[in-house]
Amino acid sequence: MHGLEPSGALRLAVRDLHKSYGSLEVLRGISLEAHQGDVIALIGASGSGKSTFLRCINQLEDCSQGEIFVNGEHLDLVHRKGRRVARDPRQLRRIRSKLGFVFQSFNLWSHMTVLENLIEGPTRIHGMHRDEAVALAQSLLERVGMKGREGAYPAQLSGGQQQRIAIARALAMQPEVMLFDEPTSALDPELVAEVLAVIRDLATEGRTMLLVTHEMAFARDVASKVVFLHKGLVEESGPPAEIFGAPKSVRLTQFLKHVRLN
Amino acid sequence: MRFDLIFKHADMFLDSIVMTLELTVASLAIGMLIAMPVAVLRTMRLPYIDAVLRGYVFVFRGTPMLVQTYLVYYGLSQFEFIRDSFLWTVLRSPFNCALIAFSLNTGAYTAEILRGAIEATPKGEIEAAQAIGMSPLRMLRRIVIPGAFRRALPQYGNEVILMLHGSTVASIITIQDILGAGRTLNGKYYLAYEGLVTAAVLYLALTFLIAGAFGIAARHLQAHLRPASTR
Ligand SMILES: Nc1ncnc2c1ncn2[C@@H]1O[C@H](COP(=O)(O)OP(=O)(O)O)[C@@H](O)[C@H]1O
Ligand SMILES: [Mg+2]
Repeated sequence: MHGLEPSGALRLAVRDLHKSYGSLEVLRGISLEAHQGDVIALIGASGSGKSTFLRCINQLEDCSQGEIFVNGEHLDLVHRKGRRVARDPRQLRRIRSKLGFVFQSFNLWSHMTVLENLIEGPTRIHGMHRDEAVALAQSLLERVGMKGREGAYPAQLSGGQQQRIAIARALAMQPEVMLFDEPTSALDPELVAEVLAVIRDLATEGRTMLLVTHEMAFARDVASKVVFLHKGLVEESGPPAEIFGAPKSVRLTQFLKHVRLN
Repeated sequence: MRFDLIFKHADMFLDSIVMTLELTVASLAIGMLIAMPVAVLRTMRLPYIDAVLRGYVFVFRGTPMLVQTYLVYYGLSQFEFIRDSFLWTVLRSPFNCALIAFSLNTGAYTAEILRGAIEATPKGEIEAAQAIGMSPLRMLRRIVIPGAFRRALPQYGNEVILMLHGSTVASIITIQDILGAGRTLNGKYYLAYEGLVTAAVLYLALTFLIAGAFGIAARHLQAHLRPASTR
């Protein structure tokens, strides 16, 4: 389904990312590139730094070292008061609007209906006309199988439905790259499939995506590349067939043995 | 019970209801205007400013509204420079003095209610706003404040009722509010309780209406907290 060689334009590049919590170095120099249409699965044991890496990319966490490029644009980071932050907050906001982020815990705005959640970003940040934003929202609701639930509040939806709305909300910003942080980990087992189906659909469509997941079968099926993190470093990466079929490192072999048991 | 005397003075009681409502609603409105910036600024914990705002809240929640009203009405007029200044045109009126004291009082309580509700904003909702590139100011307007108002609604309903009851302080400084009208009736005919019972019934009725209104508002504004009937 996917070529092994990167083909399209470079959408996301991360160079030598470092991050510490106090004296604990959580990311110890991670680099990664995503070209148009790449679906990169990030796997690794709990605590290996997957979430932190994803959150550093759109600066929900600050990083101590490393460079981030989105669609060729370099995010300008400077040291201020002991932290490394964006020199220009407007540049950061522009870059963030090009990165769709999907959280483990959905994080829909609870006082807004489904429709309001979907049109908030397009109208307020992209300045899209309301009619146009509503039309876009309708088509996205159709895609994620949630048509007809425009007026529902998040608390009135199941976890799987909330996550599909959260994906639609991220897509409504028309991002260059989608970042998923364990999108199905907070869901009851019977609700996982409906969310994975939506993500699979996006992969087929040629979306550029970074996906942190514990769903190994799904990663193997959908990813064009798999990256295995261990203690804040990329221990091994490659096409899914190699990563799952012929792991080279001891760590990855151990990790896969462990997760296969589940 | 001299119902005839009560009904004979129905007009007086009607006027007094208007006075009580005017004073309560105006105090709540000005109090809200004070509370919103105070609450938002307090969540930012700015040096110096925070100390001033904490002091304001501490003083106005820590002293009785009766004392605050006395201080504005009797206390400020002791200063000649105030009596000589334009402030005197405002402070000469008991209504204005009550309004000032009440607004500052409910402003302090409301600020604390709002601050609690703002600080209870789910972290994930803020991160979701950041993640789509929202600016901090827009996030405040679109996510934090609307959510906080909804969360604060039950507690604020309580504050409105307490303010209604607290507004009886006004009758002490010659304002003819509901309690004032009751006392006038009692005094005029040397009655023991007719005026006060009438006042109590009127306060009870207003409280009932306010509680009902907040119940309805909560059902609408907090729809997001209710599970759907159809799923
Ligand atoms: N806010 C934080 N403060 C301190 N340590 C943290 C914080 N967030 C994460 N960590 C630590 O960073 C490491 C990586 O965490 P995380 O990125 O969440 O891992 P993963 O997503 O792979 O499970 C863990 O050791 C975790 O305990
Ligand atoms: Mg994680």
